[in-house]
Amino acid sequence: MKRLRRSILYVPGNNPGMIRDAHIYGSDVILLDLEDSVAMTEKDAARFLVYNALKTLDFGGKEVAVRINGLDTDFGLKDLEAVVRAQPDVIRLPKTDSEQDVIACEKEIERIEAACGIPVGKTKMIAAIESAQGVLNAREIAHASKRLVGIALGAEDFTADLKTTRSADGIELLTARSMIVMAARSAGIDALDTVFSDVNDTEGFIKEAKLIKQLGFDGKSVINPSQIKPLHAVFTPTKDEIEKSLAIVEAMEEARKRGSGVVSMNGKMIDKPVLDRALHLLELAGATNALRSAMQ
Amino acid sequence: MKIKEVGIAGTLESSDILIKVEPSDDNKITISLDSLVIKQFGNQIRKVIMDTACELGVEGARITAIDKGALDCTIRARTAAAIYRAGQSDDYIWEGSNA
Repeated sequence: MKRLRRSILYVPGNNPGMIRDAHIYGSDVILLDLEDSVAMTEKDAARFLVYNALKTLDFGGKEVAVRINGLDTDFGLKDLEAVVRAQPDVIRLPKTDSEQDVIACEKEIERIEAACGIPVGKTKMIAAIESAQGVLNAREIAHASKRLVGIALGAEDFTADLKTTRSADGIELLTARSMIVMAARSAGIDALDTVFSDVNDTEGFIKEAKLIKQLGFDGKSVINPSQIKPLHAVFTPTKDEIEKSLAIVEAMEEARKRGSGVVSMNGKMIDKPVLDRALHLLELAGATNALRSAMQ
Repeated sequence: MKIKEVGIAGTLESSDILIKVEPSDDNKITISLDSLVIKQFGNQIRKVIMDTACELGVEGARITAIDKGALDCTIRARTAAAIYRAGQSDDYIWEGSNA
């Protein structure tokens, strides 16, 4: 079954209380952050904390990722040396501008895995794209490594790079979002959206979540546990959608038995793309337990 | 590792521990601990600090700890960070994998 990445909860890497409690909020992914949420003077302390937490704590079966500092900083390689040995599921590489950034990071991960007896290739990667250059190279980035399970948009740095600001409707992000979704789809990996920074604006958050789902994203980063439940609600298929999808699958199966690849259902043509969408929705429904609820 | 100066790591926030490591004239590690749960977990906290210091090859140090309910992994992390800072070193020795 497909691994869900509807919600990626940012957890500051130098906050032991938040790291300890991170698994209780129900996000699909826990992202321990060594980059922007950690003060420059505390990078070493956060690295020790994340390393020891990964080696010790039970994160309740959640996918655990670590955002390292960029490899062009004094901290990035040190982060990798520690974190890869502690075996998170995923390393999130920030500020990915080109496929070379992914390849360089993968090379270091591979070296560390080999040096300490971890099966080479076990550590997965997510590349965060945070610049115009990165967006223009999104396709190459998405195809740069078999370790990649997703590419993500980092909108704060991206909008700064564009010399604009974030707006309520997100028009400034539309091209980048669309290009990232297409690049991810072409590589068969997840497309992951950026954070919504105003934790008090639930209405605005839900509106943005609906938008990015419609664009094709698989999930979104969140900066507060309160954003997880409404985000999952947006990504969980409704009973009506599930019933329609089941009917489409059934109708297509009947058509296949008759030797046809197309069928009419309630006056609408049903063909392979419609079937593919129905199957994708049912897969999501199965993964979110919505299918079981709808069948009861 | 030789302790060359005062090294501090951690905070006084809940679930954290503040560790201060200072040079010592003799080859002994002494630990002064303040914790809200000292009666229940004082010995365990001291043990984690002492084990971490010994693993890092510290021979002489005065360690002061103010605990705010930290887990063992946090105590280990803060102790190690304070020792490396006090030793003016970033030559970290990360353990291998469990694979």
